[in-house]
Amino acid sequence: MSEAIAYYPGCSGLGTSKEYDTSTRAVCAALGLSLVDIPDWSCCGSTPAHTKDHTLSAALSARNLQLVSGMGLKAAATPCPSCLTNLRTANHRIEAAPFKAKVDKLLDEPYGGDVNAISVLQALVENIGVETIASAVRTPLKGLKVACYYGCIMNRPPELMAFDDCENPMAMDNILAALGAEVVPFPLKVECCGASYGIPRPDVTAALSGKLLEAAVGVGADMVAVACPLCQMNLDLRQGQVNRAMGTHYRIPVPYFTQLMGVALNIPDGEIGFGKLNVDPRPVLSKALSGAD
Amino acid sequence: MRIGVFVCHCGSNIEGTVDTGTVAKAALDFPEVVYATDTMYACSEPGQDGIIQAIKDKNLTGVVVASCTPRMHEPTFRRAVERAGLNRFMFEMANIREHVSWIGKDREANTNKSVDLVRIAVEKLRRDAPLIPSKFSVNKRVMIIGGGVAGIQAALDCADGGLEVVLVERDSSIGGKMAKLDKTFPTVDCSSCILGPKMVDVAQHPNITLHAYSEVDSIGGYVGNFQVQVKKKATYVDWELCTGCGACMEKCPSKKNPDAFNEKIGPSTSINIPFPQAIPKKAYIDATTCRQFVKGKCGVCAKVCPTGAIRYDMTDEIVTEDVGAIVAATGYDLFDISKIAEYGGGRYPDVITGLQYERLLSASGPTGGHIKRPSDGKEPKNIVFIQCVGSRDKSLDRPYCSGFCCMYTAKQTILTKDHIPDSQSYVFYMDIRAPGKMYDEFTRRAMEEYGARYIRGRVAMVYPKGDKLMVRGADTLAGTQVEIEADLVVLAAGAEAAKGAPQLAEKLRISYDKYGFFMESHPKLKPVETNTAGVYLAGSCQGPKDIPQSVGQGSAAAAKVLALFSKDMLESDPQISRVDIKRCVGCGKCIMTCPFKAIKEVEFRGQKKAEVIETVCQGCGICTSTCPQGAIQLSHFTDNQILAEVNALCQS
Ligand SMILES: Cc1cc2nc3c(=O)[nH]c(=O)nc-3n(C[C@H](O)[C@H](O)[C@H](O)COP(=O)(O)OP(=O)(O)OC[C@H]3O[C@@H](n4cnc5c(N)ncnc54)[C@H](O)[C@@H]3O)c2cc1C
Ligand code: SF4
Ligand code: SF4
Repeated sequence: MSEAIAYYPGCSGLGTSKEYDTSTRAVCAALGLSLVDIPDWSCCGSTPAHTKDHTLSAALSARNLQLVSGMGLKAAATPCPSCLTNLRTANHRIEAAPFKAKVDKLLDEPYGGDVNAISVLQALVENIGVETIASAVRTPLKGLKVACYYGCIMNRPPELMAFDDCENPMAMDNILAALGAEVVPFPLKVECCGASYGIPRPDVTAALSGKLLEAAVGVGADMVAVACPLCQMNLDLRQGQVNRAMGTHYRIPVPYFTQLMGVALNIPDGEIGFGKLNVDPRPVLSKALSGAD
Repeated sequence: MRIGVFVCHCGSNIEGTVDTGTVAKAALDFPEVVYATDTMYACSEPGQDGIIQAIKDKNLTGVVVASCTPRMHEPTFRRAVERAGLNRFMFEMANIREHVSWIGKDREANTNKSVDLVRIAVEKLRRDAPLIPSKFSVNKRVMIIGGGVAGIQAALDCADGGLEVVLVERDSSIGGKMAKLDKTFPTVDCSSCILGPKMVDVAQHPNITLHAYSEVDSIGGYVGNFQVQVKKKATYVDWELCTGCGACMEKCPSKKNPDAFNEKIGPSTSINIPFPQAIPKKAYIDATTCRQFVKGKCGVCAKVCPTGAIRYDMTDEIVTEDVGAIVAATGYDLFDISKIAEYGGGRYPDVITGLQYERLLSASGPTGGHIKRPSDGKEPKNIVFIQCVGSRDKSLDRPYCSGFCCMYTAKQTILTKDHIPDSQSYVFYMDIRAPGKMYDEFTRRAMEEYGARYIRGRVAMVYPKGDKLMVRGADTLAGTQVEIEADLVVLAAGAEAAKGAPQLAEKLRISYDKYGFFMESHPKLKPVETNTAGVYLAGSCQGPKDIPQSVGQGSAAAAKVLALFSKDMLESDPQISRVDIKRCVGCGKCIMTCPFKAIKEVEFRGQKKAEVIETVCQGCGICTSTCPQGAIQLSHFTDNQILAEVNALCQS
């Protein structure tokens, strides 16, 4: 049993990526990692705040970290790499005293900078450990070929994120291997999927996400496991757009890695939430697990 | 004492912000100063003549020069006063350039500070005493550490100059990196054809003793008289008996070990002669893979060896070599390409280093000189070369240029076209650095005659796609992104200090930079000397160098050794510590603090005392500040002299 960690689901965790949130909670509970909700948490600032005003952006994130500090906890885990970037950036920026003073002015209570923000992925690797995960597996994902896609900001910039290799991360690969899946070497692990360009320039996202899908299919993956709500959306929900733009016919499931963990740990379907994905992983999954071709 | 003071203008260097005339005038008021003047360039011939003339005319017994740093000209002026008949230590320098004129603009303040510095120098000089160096004999043998082309050149030049040479090489053969190269720029002549004969000369030269498969264990002594312990690593083969016939290699059942000589792209046997031209051409057993050692049974080589040379029970052996000088020529290593994950070196078999590519090109390499991809043995058509991998990259702590990669990449594109006429080479570069003789012409030939496509820009990533490698990068001249489908990617891995270089530097008591390259005494004027007398540098142990430069330095180091050995006796520097035996209580504190082990314990009338070993003492002065009795004093920097300087400063 490891120490309790505060849990910061982020706005998408309660909306577009509900299934990432529920599967994360269920998996952590099953593995004995106690996630404690932060009372009255608010948005981390997301993309708009930091493009407009660094102080405001840092204050929005710092407010949440300050709340964690108030709970008497030292660390907060978030499933979303974008939230993670904002939380970590806030911690980094307030190391400069003048900046911290400006941020503190916007907060109800000053924040000491003493709460470490980490990703759920990092929490699973570091607080639980790959061996423990392996020993908790009930349904091994034998026969399933997975490409692990980390997205471009989970490990970058490396000085800020300070976790795993920024060009060739292995944390998710190691977890999925521990679940019994066959992890295929995926060369574009940290390439950009197009991120929020899906809104102003869908052609850019289609090209970039198309390249990722092409590579994943090229290395023979049955699925692409992801750890980011935005990546998931671009690769899964926009797969039709990609196909139309690129003249391709991909239909490859793009589940969250926590959902695949859920399957291996025998978490009930309701919490895994496969039904919320565009391309349903279940047919491919059951085919792979049954050993059929 | 009759002291003369000379205040130098150093052109406008000093005179620009210091009123030297005023400084000279002020000096006339200092005790025992009988003459003072300002002078245009004290170090020039008329400047020195002026000093000599004044010594003679005014009967001076001590001289102060206020000018630049003593690092630059202290020896110059000491020689000048000596020519005038004074002892060379009856001379002091005040640094009014680096310490005054170069760092401040206020003429009045600068002038005052210069006066103070001269006052200090005069007070010190008043307490100076003549020092006479003692003489000691020189052992005219030289040790060269490292048998690459630089070490080989130094060894041959010294041996031809009549010296006895001991060459220590840690691999089982000499030759270094050059022995692994196929052809060499800018002449594209066969590397082993020009190096091979030199290697044979080493083996056959009556003056050269070669310790291959050996390393320096420890070094004691000082210039003229070093004692070096050399560890001869166990080869498990009696080299007296081994004829290099190779029967053992043919029969050795352990055949799949990565071959170090072939940069791990080919297999090798556990008993091995690294390459056909190896010197010495003797077999050695790699105990980490040999079945006899790992599994405890095999013994095949012992059975087949026609001369019965195999000795599984051999152990390391230490031999002591007494030499008078040492040349370090330990070369460089390559940057570990797996540290740049985005290029996939170490993960994708068809991403290789330039040195591995040399082995593929070489007729004696693992593919017999046919370019074949490591993954499937196919002949590549599209080959992408990426330069500056681990060079000129601050983020990897490798900000320096590795010097030879631009050139060897150009060479490799030329050789590629020769081997595979329908191939296409692409080179990603930052800028082309080709300053040597015929170098720029050479890179142009690669582009213009051999059609290598040069793309200025960095590669972002290399990733496999089917059986190809996609190379994605920027073309900063065209302002676009480019993507090239490659069959093989060759990384121009930069140069790093050789493994173990800092440890060796510490044994040699020489400095090394933050990257582990050895430091020369002066970057321009003493490029092959070190700050430790009798220790010289050659080749890329001092920083990346190509073959012409390495050979040039090998010869330069040899010239230095020959010059050193041209005298039968050497003078020791008299600026060393001396123990006042009456005061010394034999506590031994100095013995413990001396970093050079220059103090030993002696018996004097039944009492323990300290004694300084003159030739080992470096004059650092650490002992003098340690001694609770003030019994050990550094000549020319005694407590009294330093206190006099401080007093002079406080008076002003
Ligand atoms: C791919 C590639 C291609 C190149 N092509 C060319 C070319 O065409 N033309 C050209 O001019 N240059 C070329 N170079 C550069 C060339 O390799 C160097 O200029 C040359 O090898 C330097 O020689 P060296 O003797 O200083 O060092 P090295 O060749 O590195 O030799 C050093 C020797 O010292 C030994 N050693 C190291 N440490 C110890 C120790 N502690 N004790 C005992 N022995 C030790 C090593 O085993 C080695 O034998 C190329 C380099 C590369 C990487
Ligand atoms: S060890 Fe024996 S068999 Fe091997 S090369 Fe030497 S002489 Fe020949
Ligand atoms: S001066 Fe330095 S080197 Fe000489 S004896 Fe003292 S401590 Fe050793």
